[in-house]
Amino acid sequence: MRRFIRFCLFLAVLVAAGAWLLSRPAGLAEGRFDNLTGDAVAGEQVFIASGCASCHMSPGADEAEADGKLVLAGGMRFPSPYGTFLAPNISMSSAGIGDWTVQDLGNALLRGVSPEGQHYYPAFPYTSYARMTDRQVADLWAYMTTLPVDDTASLPHDIGFPFNIRRSLGLWKPLYLRPQWVLANAPDAQVDRGRMLVEALGHCAECHTPRDQLGGLQRDAWMTGAPNPAGRGRIPGIDPATLGWSVAEIAYYLETGFTPEFDTAGGHMVSVIENTAQLPESDRQAIAAYLVALR
Amino acid sequence: MTFAKTTAFFAPVLVALTLTTAPAVAQDAFAGPVKARQGQFQIMAINLGLLGNMAKGEAPYDAEIAQNAADSLVGLSMIYPGHLFVEGSDMDALEGNRAKPTIWTDNADFLAKWEAFGEGALVMQAAAGNGVEALGPALGAIGGTCGDCHKAHRGPES
Repeated sequence: MRRFIRFCLFLAVLVAAGAWLLSRPAGLAEGRFDNLTGDAVAGEQVFIASGCASCHMSPGADEAEADGKLVLAGGMRFPSPYGTFLAPNISMSSAGIGDWTVQDLGNALLRGVSPEGQHYYPAFPYTSYARMTDRQVADLWAYMTTLPVDDTASLPHDIGFPFNIRRSLGLWKPLYLRPQWVLANAPDAQVDRGRMLVEALGHCAECHTPRDQLGGLQRDAWMTGAPNPAGRGRIPGIDPATLGWSVAEIAYYLETGFTPEFDTAGGHMVSVIENTAQLPESDRQAIAAYLVALR
Repeated sequence: MTFAKTTAFFAPVLVALTLTTAPAVAQDAFAGPVKARQGQFQIMAINLGLLGNMAKGEAPYDAEIAQNAADSLVGLSMIYPGHLFVEGSDMDALEGNRAKPTIWTDNADFLAKWEAFGEGALVMQAAAGNGVEALGPALGAIGGTCGDCHKAHRGPES
């Protein structure tokens, strides 16, 4: 009996050691962006399509001011079943990402790992951003370095046990950080562009796809709608069977916020429309073509 | 049973009854104003749709229809919202309603956003008769005011 207990203890230690090793935050290889010179103009398009400001702008920011949305001081609250996440400062201050390098941004976007070597919570949608190209990361970094500095300190998330153990995300990531495209084959260049905008930059699935017990996206129910993580109501499905809108109708909605019935977007989708309205018409058409291609 | 005992016995039943019927009562009390304001937004959608379909090129441009639609939007914007958005007729009290309580807790903001729609409607009124080109930008401006208000004061679909 004593031998059996010892064996069990040994096994427990082995499992714990294995979990510890498996959950280690792994960043990108050093020097990955060395041969890339970021283009700030292209980076602005990545920034808009990725909706960075929609979550990282200060909740008290005056959007009417020209640069109101570009002060990325953080502080917006995101309630979820796991607790409330608070968007951090990502402005060019030491309180934000002012001391980062393009490598640090790459680790954050593509691996969900901070410069301190910790896992980020996937409330920061790196599970989508992981599909970005290195070129897009470099361009985005070049643009972000031009944005205003704000010294507001980031606030801690309000997350309860056991979700406050960041290390546990190291076991979550192998299950759900899967950068492969969900629409495996894009039939043409337009759908290919739409796939980049929807699956990577726009991170549409983060709200429009239901999640399983562990908070991972259910890829087999892609874009079919989900409960509103912030409380009452549902995020509508935008797969062709649920939505039933034409390419022109989707593109017009992304430009003006008007549905085919001339109702308009509400909630966080209003912020999304503010971004898509700034994209070129060809990008709105591409998003629509992708969504219609989902079958 | 004495009166006190009877009351004590039935109190939980009464409380339960009140709790379960309260939303229904609220539903009835606010039925008129809620129906009216939802109709107001349906009239808005119909007229925006006439303008929008011309702007999109899905319907031929017709100056008279466009002007009538724009005039209707201005008319709608002049209806004082306080008499339709009656305090308490919110999504917490009413089944299937999407009016956030912020409409009343931050009423000045709500009224300012409604006024912004009115300003957008006036721009449309001045532009609608002068050709299809002006419709798109004017609609875009109105759409922005819809979004601003819905982001703050309209709850999600249930």
